[in-house]
Amino acid sequence: MLEKALVGSKKYWALVFFLAAVFLVGFFFFLKQLKYGLGITGMSRDVSWGFYVAQFTYLVGVAASAVMVVLPYYLHNYKDYGKLTIFGEFLAIGAVTMCLLFIVVDIGQTHRLFNVLLHPTPHSMLFYDMIVLNGYLLLNLICGWTALHAVYKGTKYPDWVKPFIYLSIPWAFSIHTVTAFLYAGLPGRHFWLTAVMAPRFLASAFCSGPALLLILIYIVKAFTRFDPGEKAIRALAKTITYALLANLFLFGCELFTAFYSGIPSHQISLKYLFAGLYGHMKLVPWMWASYALMLTAAILLVIPQTRNNLGLLPFLCLLVVIGTWIDKGMGLIVGGFVPNPLEHITEYMPTFPEVMISIGIYAAGFLIITVLYKMAISVMESRGLI
Amino acid sequence: MVIDTRVCKKHEPCEECIKACHHVHNVPLIPNKKHEIKWIWKEEFEHAFPDTAHEYLDEYLHEREFIVLCNHCEHPPCVRVCPTQATFKREDGIVMMDMHRCIGCRFCMAACPYGSRSFNWEDPRPYIKNPNPRYPTRMKGVVEKCTFCTERLAEGKLPACVEACKHGAIMVGDLADPHSEINKVLREHFTLRRKVHLGTGPSVFYII
Repeated sequence: MLEKALVGSKKYWALVFFLAAVFLVGFFFFLKQLKYGLGITGMSRDVSWGFYVAQFTYLVGVAASAVMVVLPYYLHNYKDYGKLTIFGEFLAIGAVTMCLLFIVVDIGQTHRLFNVLLHPTPHSMLFYDMIVLNGYLLLNLICGWTALHAVYKGTKYPDWVKPFIYLSIPWAFSIHTVTAFLYAGLPGRHFWLTAVMAPRFLASAFCSGPALLLILIYIVKAFTRFDPGEKAIRALAKTITYALLANLFLFGCELFTAFYSGIPSHQISLKYLFAGLYGHMKLVPWMWASYALMLTAAILLVIPQTRNNLGLLPFLCLLVVIGTWIDKGMGLIVGGFVPNPLEHITEYMPTFPEVMISIGIYAAGFLIITVLYKMAISVMESRGLI
Repeated sequence: MVIDTRVCKKHEPCEECIKACHHVHNVPLIPNKKHEIKWIWKEEFEHAFPDTAHEYLDEYLHEREFIVLCNHCEHPPCVRVCPTQATFKREDGIVMMDMHRCIGCRFCMAACPYGSRSFNWEDPRPYIKNPNPRYPTRMKGVVEKCTFCTERLAEGKLPACVEACKHGAIMVGDLADPHSEINKVLREHFTLRRKVHLGTGPSVFYII
């Protein structure tokens, strides 16, 4: 099947080489980071995790959200998602790969990474994160590949793959739950110490992931004959709407607990993010932008006329993707570190090399997605399905 | 460990314990505050005890500086989260670091509620003015912190900070032994520990 990705139009190759070039630029900055150390980033003694860990967290959500098309199709036999499912699984493969790369670049002693396998430690949440993420990558490779291979051969997918498909459903929930547990179980980080962390992670994942999937599908639709069908798009828009509302609701719950209880330690990070502390307010415009985008998207998605406007929908999806990205990819991680445990304030912003390395990883992920999507489209074309 | 902050107050601005510790352990002096490494340092009351401080605190306490370091917790969150057991609790209760095993994921720094851990954001060696050849230096990309001078305890010596304090403000002893001198001191004085409500069981006590 891979041979289908080796032939393509000039536009396809232009995209492939562009993404590969961006990846190489990122790799060049990564070599610089290896030489100098993580001091090349904006991280510090007080804000010891930053952009990398935040992107990791956001992308785990994108990966997990494949379940929003897999579950209706395989568990409820929702036929309209038939063509979409493979694209969801392939997006998950790209997203998990990016997650793993973000962990690799965030580690201080890169070549010691395998110490995690050499000294397995079941009381560390990272141990479980390693298992669930790699497992999820493997499951999506198996399920996505065999499903496409069946299309390629003109048959139904083999029975042996069914248990893997069913397993991939709870597994998707597990990856984002375990990722939330990385943060939610730490004493003294009150911003993260909340039982709704995992549910909120899932809610934000299940709106941001399908929104990104829909944007990608719109792009694919513009350049190929592929069309998932209006019904599928409308159904996915509903999923995005409900998940976005759940995400905003859970954030409201956080606000209530922090501000009605009046406990300062529960409020202080929220105050830093949305109002600034003692003149430190680097993230304030970002956070307000994030919630303004999510609220606007929520209102427009709830109104049936705007949600069902298929020309407007990709732009609403863009609002969701950007809004949730700022929330998780900028605010969530840094918010937990400001103020520090001794109530000193150190602010954080990513540096140029740090952003370049991150863009490089995104390019690698989207390169994988491009190749996989090209393969899927060509297989479907060869069978006359589109 | 018990720190008599009344003695520290009397001899301000004494920094002998900090100097001794940082020299003995080759802790670099990095001017960039964001990349700073520190094992033992001074904080004001409201930063050392943010949950205990309040706006009506008497001036005497308000002005005093407090020595802070790793609390060698009974239930250390850093040990719980470390994915490689590079940080671990010894049988005697000391929370140790294996800097050769540490992968530099910094999960322990997120977990420590006392901000006691430092990460080598860059090569620390150029910042060590007068290296102590009897103790290893570190490389970039690993986490470090106070080790309660396990290397000195093994030789029957007291921790460097205890030895360096000419005024006897820092005492160490076996908490598990009810007849130990340290338990006697604790019975006789009112002491504070940092963030007790988190359940970590910090082993550093402050006489106020």
